[in-house]
Amino acid sequence: MMKINLRKSEKRLSLLLLSVPLILLTLGIYHGLMQTLYRSGMISQTSFAALEYYQGLTLHGVINALVLTIFFAVAFGHICMSYYTGIKMHMTTAWISAVMMVVGTIMTIATILAGESSVLYTFYAPMKAHPLFYVGNALLIAGSWVAFFGWVGIYRKWRREHKGERTPLAVVATMVNFTMWFVCSIPVAYSTLVLLLPWSMGITATVNIPLTRTLFWFFGHALVYFFLLPVYLMYYVMLPTLAGGKLYSDNAGKLVFFLFLVFSIPVGTHHQFAEPAITQGVKYFQSLLTYGVALPSFITAFTIAASLEYAAWKRGDKRKNWFSWMAKLPYFEKDRYLFSYLICGLIIFIFGGITGIINASYSLNSLVHNTAFLPGHFHMTVAGPTFLGIIGMSLYLLERISGKEVRLKRITNAIPYLWTIGMFIFSTGLMVGGLRGEPRRTNMGISYMDPDSPLYRPDWVWTTGTTVIGGVILFAAAGLFFIVLLDLLFAKKTKESYISFPTYRTYHQEKVIPFLNSFKPWLVIMFLLILVAYVPAIFNVMKYTGKEAPPYAPQNPIPLELHKQDVGEVDEGETLNLNQDE
Amino acid sequence: MDKYEIRIMVLTGITLAIFMVAILRSSFTYATGIPECIPYDESFTQPRIEKLDDKLYQIFALAQMWSFEPSEIRLPVGAEVDIYLTSKDVVHGLNIHDVSLNMMAVPGGINKETVTFKKPGVYKIVCHEYCGSGHQHMMGEIIVNYPNN
Repeated sequence: MMKINLRKSEKRLSLLLLSVPLILLTLGIYHGLMQTLYRSGMISQTSFAALEYYQGLTLHGVINALVLTIFFAVAFGHICMSYYTGIKMHMTTAWISAVMMVVGTIMTIATILAGESSVLYTFYAPMKAHPLFYVGNALLIAGSWVAFFGWVGIYRKWRREHKGERTPLAVVATMVNFTMWFVCSIPVAYSTLVLLLPWSMGITATVNIPLTRTLFWFFGHALVYFFLLPVYLMYYVMLPTLAGGKLYSDNAGKLVFFLFLVFSIPVGTHHQFAEPAITQGVKYFQSLLTYGVALPSFITAFTIAASLEYAAWKRGDKRKNWFSWMAKLPYFEKDRYLFSYLICGLIIFIFGGITGIINASYSLNSLVHNTAFLPGHFHMTVAGPTFLGIIGMSLYLLERISGKEVRLKRITNAIPYLWTIGMFIFSTGLMVGGLRGEPRRTNMGISYMDPDSPLYRPDWVWTTGTTVIGGVILFAAAGLFFIVLLDLLFAKKTKESYISFPTYRTYHQEKVIPFLNSFKPWLVIMFLLILVAYVPAIFNVMKYTGKEAPPYAPQNPIPLELHKQDVGEVDEGETLNLNQDE
Repeated sequence: MDKYEIRIMVLTGITLAIFMVAILRSSFTYATGIPECIPYDESFTQPRIEKLDDKLYQIFALAQMWSFEPSEIRLPVGAEVDIYLTSKDVVHGLNIHDVSLNMMAVPGGINKETVTFKKPGVYKIVCHEYCGSGHQHMMGEIIVNYPNN
């Protein structure tokens, strides 16, 4: 096992990047549980313990889906780039990036906690957030770019010094992920900084809504792959060895990551099937391209399964039939807890992937679009493999950086299994509810789940009840994780501090294939596909949008500017009545 | 690539091809489409119901914080309805689950979908996009009577 020692500054940076999101996660997880209670009607009010439902929902999304994932991807990226190339981290860019990300996160979270930005993590205009919410988000994203710029230097240096050699898979994976991330977040940075920020400050009066939505989804779908690829890296580079075997094929792994580079972005309008201002043809084309993204996941399913099967054979699987290998894996070895985090994530992801294909399937989407089916699906991706991979690897890295060892090993090992059980119950509740028409992102406790309301829907009672059971189990699993983490904090330092990952081995001795060892051809295909998919989409939203929109506050149906200018003239009675409806 | 990898690629290709054919077939043979986009015109923002003949209707629906206009729509059984939808303020959703009608109301854009109400009953309209603090109270219904109304 190769070891690298981190310099003091590298250690500090890694600890900062790993711990900031874990601390915030307590808030994000808390409001995950609270939502199941609101939605089921157990809490039948607009706010609880000083946190309003939609404010908490915004926190849940921003912290869990943006802050946690971006911070982890950067922290893990720094360590992987330096571990697998043997080149030290580029500290100037790394610190600039970390400071930008921390400052951005503080801004964003502060405006949400102040109740000024209850716009959810998708921040759909014309609902307006506090200007610092947009600035904060932009800083968080741009901060992650700066880290990536440092890695470009490391990558080029490694390539110069190792001409003709096979680039390590982990390096390809990290570079692919951040190349895709950089490209996809340029439009959303443009949208937040150039379109939404001046508009939120009152400098520009109106904004083109379908345009902002299309720019958001250019980013939004690639975002989910950005969550996923660091964990895919763990599946390819670490899981086979953790299981006691070897990766089936290195070239297959590279092909998978390059396919993600090509297909992640030009599929975004499959989130906009139900929207106006984009023609059916554009949506149709991107729906078909979405199947392109299914391809690398199918290859992964095979490659990882084959690697695990080989591991099981090495561990003494005699029967060697289709299923016998599944019983021979190290599920409950307390010194190998990372395996259980990764395998549980994989099991959940099987269902997350299949339901994703349903959502992307053009007309089938009409049945489930924006219903509870959607969170049911994406909790099995982002709160499945991504979340488990992130917390498992964070613990693994914190142990090694601090030179301490987890003491509650059995609990550590049990957490992902508990999480998996909770997730299946929770997602079943959401998805069945979605198939019965339950809307997502809705405080149902004060309307649909209130027996006294004219909107009462008795057919949603048991589905939302199921999500509560799942939510409680998930909350318990996350609670145990925080206990393990706190216990680690108070443990004594027992070892020297170093980073080591399971040794990467491959089953097949493969030749270096030039087009799988270079970014150039893939970047060209990527840009061509983006042009073909998105030029018509942007052209559409410019052509079909008839009117731009002024900003609105979530509490008031009257546009903000109008409200400010003629407070006397605006029909105050009507405003008051509407507010009383709540 | 070894023979297993080639097999899995072929299998994947076949699976994806089946999915694609299913999509093409559902859209062309069964005409289960998704909303069309219509060039913007101010007249779409006037909520109203227009009866073209016994079975054909046009509904110009307007979503706003926090109601649908028209909020109660009465139709005969078997009515074939073109629904035009837009928003007066923020983004809303319009979902009539029983007929799989699923549209977004986006300010500045006009959405169109055609749907047939074959069975009598009360079809609830749900807003499924977060649209502010009153989101969960948005209400609307389509009452399909038998035999006429």
